[in-house]
This record gives sequence, C-alpha cells and structure tokens, in this order.
Amino acid sequence: MEVSRHWRLQAQRYQLVGETCDSCGVKLFPPRDVCLECEAPAQELYTFTGLGEIYSYTTIYDAPAGFEHNTPYMVALIKLEEGPLVTAQLTDIDPSEAVIGMPVEMVTRKLRTDGDEGMIVYGYKFRPAVEELTAV
Amino acid sequence: MNAYNPSNGLMRPDRPVGIVGYGAYVPRYRIPAAEISRMWTGGTGGVPIKEKAVNGLDEDVATMSIEAARNAMLRAQINPQEIRAVWVGSESHPYAVKPTSTIVAEAIGAVPNTQAADWEFACKAGTEAMQAAIAFVGSGMARYALSIGMDTAQGRPGDALEYTAAAGGAAILIGPAAESLVLIDGSYSFVTDTPDFWRRAHADYPSHGDRFTGEPAYFKHVLGAAEALMTAVNRTASDYRWAVFHQPNAKFPERAAQALGFAPDQFKVGLLSPRIGNTYSGSTMIGLTAILDVAEPGDRILMVSYGSGAGSDAFDLQVTERLLEARGRAISTEGYIARRTEIDYATYTRYRDKLKL
Repeated sequence: MEVSRHWRLQAQRYQLVGETCDSCGVKLFPPRDVCLECEAPAQELYTFTGLGEIYSYTTIYDAPAGFEHNTPYMVALIKLEEGPLVTAQLTDIDPSEAVIGMPVEMVTRKLRTDGDEGMIVYGYKFRPAVEELTAV
Repeated sequence: MNAYNPSNGLMRPDRPVGIVGYGAYVPRYRIPAAEISRMWTGGTGGVPIKEKAVNGLDEDVATMSIEAARNAMLRAQINPQEIRAVWVGSESHPYAVKPTSTIVAEAIGAVPNTQAADWEFACKAGTEAMQAAIAFVGSGMARYALSIGMDTAQGRPGDALEYTAAAGGAAILIGPAAESLVLIDGSYSFVTDTPDFWRRAHADYPSHGDRFTGEPAYFKHVLGAAEALMTAVNRTASDYRWAVFHQPNAKFPERAAQALGFAPDQFKVGLLSPRIGNTYSGSTMIGLTAILDVAEPGDRILMVSYGSGAGSDAFDLQVTERLLEARGRAISTEGYIARRTEIDYATYTRYRDKLKL
C-alpha cells in the first residue's frame, strides 16, 4: 500500500474538501482545479456539508482485494446537496433498507486495513441520516 | 468560589473555565447480555446489564472519536483552528504506536497549530485528558482544548467482562468560562497503585482480580474522590441536581451513588450502562452528555470517573444558560442509544474480530 497516496488524499477523504468555481459557483468533488461547467480555473477550497441522498446503489458480494472481510457491503452514488455525485460505501445500513432518494450523511470510517501490520486507511462513507437531526 | 488551598487536593485553574461543547457517540449494534449468557452458561447465569453497544466492522476509536468531536464542535460553534490540544483517552487505540489524536485533529480541521496526544489510564483516560485540558485553558496557554474518552473495549470470550465491555464515548471541549455551557468549579484526583485490572503488551484481552475490583478498587477510589471533592468545595449530595459515575455495570455506580447520599432521580439519567454497557474511557463522560441533554441552567453536577490501576477524577460542574441553545445542534446521547440494531453472538464475534481467518 502506498502511504503517500493515501496521505495526499486526506483532506478530501476526512472532510470532503472539494473546490468551488469562482466564475460560475459550481462545486466540485473530488477537486479537479478546473470547472466542469465553464472550464474556468477552480481552486478555491470548499468543504462539503456531507449531506446528500442515494442516487443509485448496489451490494458487493465479491469484493476486490483489501475489502474481502467486509462483504456483503453496499456501494452507492451519492448526490451531494451541493450537486456533485460521489461514489462511496454505505455503512450502518442493511441492504434491504436502501432506497433511491434516501437522505444520507457523511461519516468517517475505516476504508481498509493493510494486513495486521500495515496502515489503517480512513475516509468518507455515507449512512442513513439519523432521524432525530433530520426532524429538526 | 473557595480560596485556593493546596492541602485539600482541589485542582482549580487561575482563570475560570468550562465546557464549551460536548458530543457523544454510540455505535449502532447491540448484543443482549442474555445472548452472551446463552453462549456460555446455557442462559442460566445472571446478567449484569441488559445489553451492550458494539462497534461495526469499519469503526474504531479513531472514527468514533471523530464523530463525537464533530458533535462537540457543532455545539460549540468555534473555529477549529483555535484548538490547541486534541487528546484522546482510550485503552483501544487502533495503533500501538501512531496517535489516534492526530487523525481526529486532522478530521475536525484543528491541524497543524495544535498539541495532540493519546492518553491511557484504563477507564479514566478521558477524564484525565479533561483535567489537563482544564489546566491548558485555565493557564491561558490555550483558548480551547479537546478531551475525548472513547473505547471499543475488549472482553475475553466467556469472561464476566464480556457481558459489559462495550463501544462508545464522548468528546468534551474545554474553553473560557464566559463561553461555557457548563462551568467547572474544580476537580480532584484520587490515585493509588491498585492492581485490579490490566492488559499486558500484545495481549488481546485484559485480566482482572474478580471480587478485588470492588471494595479496594472501584469503591475506595470513587468514594474517596467524591468525598474529598465535596469537602473541598463545601457541598453535599443535596447541592447537586445530577451525579454521574464510572459505570462498569449497573450495580457499582448505584451503590456508590447511594453511599454518597444521592437518590435515583439524581443518578438514573446519567446511568447508561444497563443499555449500552461499559464504554470504558467513555463511560463517565458519555453519562455526563446524557445529563447535559436534559439539565437546566443552575443545575449542579457531580462527575466521578474510575480507572483501574487505580484512580478516580471528580469534577464539580454547574450548567449555564448557554446550554439550552447549544444542545439541539447535534444528535443527543439518547438519540444514539435509540439507533439500535440487535446482533447475535456470531455477528458479534465477527464485528469484534474474534474470528481468526
């Protein structure tokens, strides 16, 4: 596992830090430095709220290397409230509970562990929004 | 306020401080004690609590501390760049060497101008971090300091502790008294070398002294700390609206509370162990968060932790008006407890990494 690669992505993985376009206001995640809408430079950092909804989802039974111990788990496209679509794991959810349009919120969880002695990689996942807060 | 008097052991900083934010976290999964009893005693044994909270496969003390810290930040509404210490007390840090606290500090945006460290003192690692945070802020070295008590506690399969060793905890952000939701009038620590419970390096599970964990350990230190603090601040049980104690089970904190003269309506709200288990370093602090979710301005709170090895930290707290507007900004402790998915023993062994593949 490349330590530096994971370390470099910490801001977006831990805090959903993306970018915003100065000229048209579009929010970008992950950060790309160039606006997808108007092609202007977009390097102003923007921290997403972490709120969104399930756009589509699937359940993984046959996992890639590094994720075998977590099967079955769910992966979804999340439509963030600021606009971008993000691919992420769902957590704290049973496959039968997921529906398109379900409100979700970002949490920081373990993404994978490099064996018994390697580093632990943390990052964003999304869980069903806890009801008490959505009721406020 | 009483004058400073070093001989009575009271710890109070020069500059008044308080709690400016607090946040809890309890993972979603619960295993009933009856399910553990079914596995090891055929269901014939008595159980010390109803059920305990269990972390999911992708949760550890770092992720749980991050969520509690975010809740504390939501309530405090401060700039994370003004935090000068992020301290995580736990006996289940994910790494043996590599701080949990740097991960938390990074996730809440407190880096790089901050102290960060992991604390260890069995179940009172979180409250000793709180006391250090009080000193950090009270000395003027920091405007804000974050102390966290969080655990994914280990219980050997079949051992008495397996019924209670649970996952959860809380984050307490200390800051100036003028911004506080809760004022801290003083604290006191009571420590002796008492080997009632330990875990050796590289051991997966702790060992303990069975009945030795009671009178010479828990009760001596909890009662010793509580009585000394109450004497130092010249208060009795009737001066406090609420009391919260370290909760290794349901019975010990109840007995301690009653020995100090507290009635059930003073200690039941903070007594969460029957429903979430013993969250070790998180236990006393998450009990406090449940109280803060319902307390009224002016209410006094006595808080007494306990850590094996052994020691207790006692705190004298008083709620301010600011609590009322702050507490609704994050998920309540009862909100987390209500988010409950029951699991069986097989799922529990998988989530707790007891299966060796």
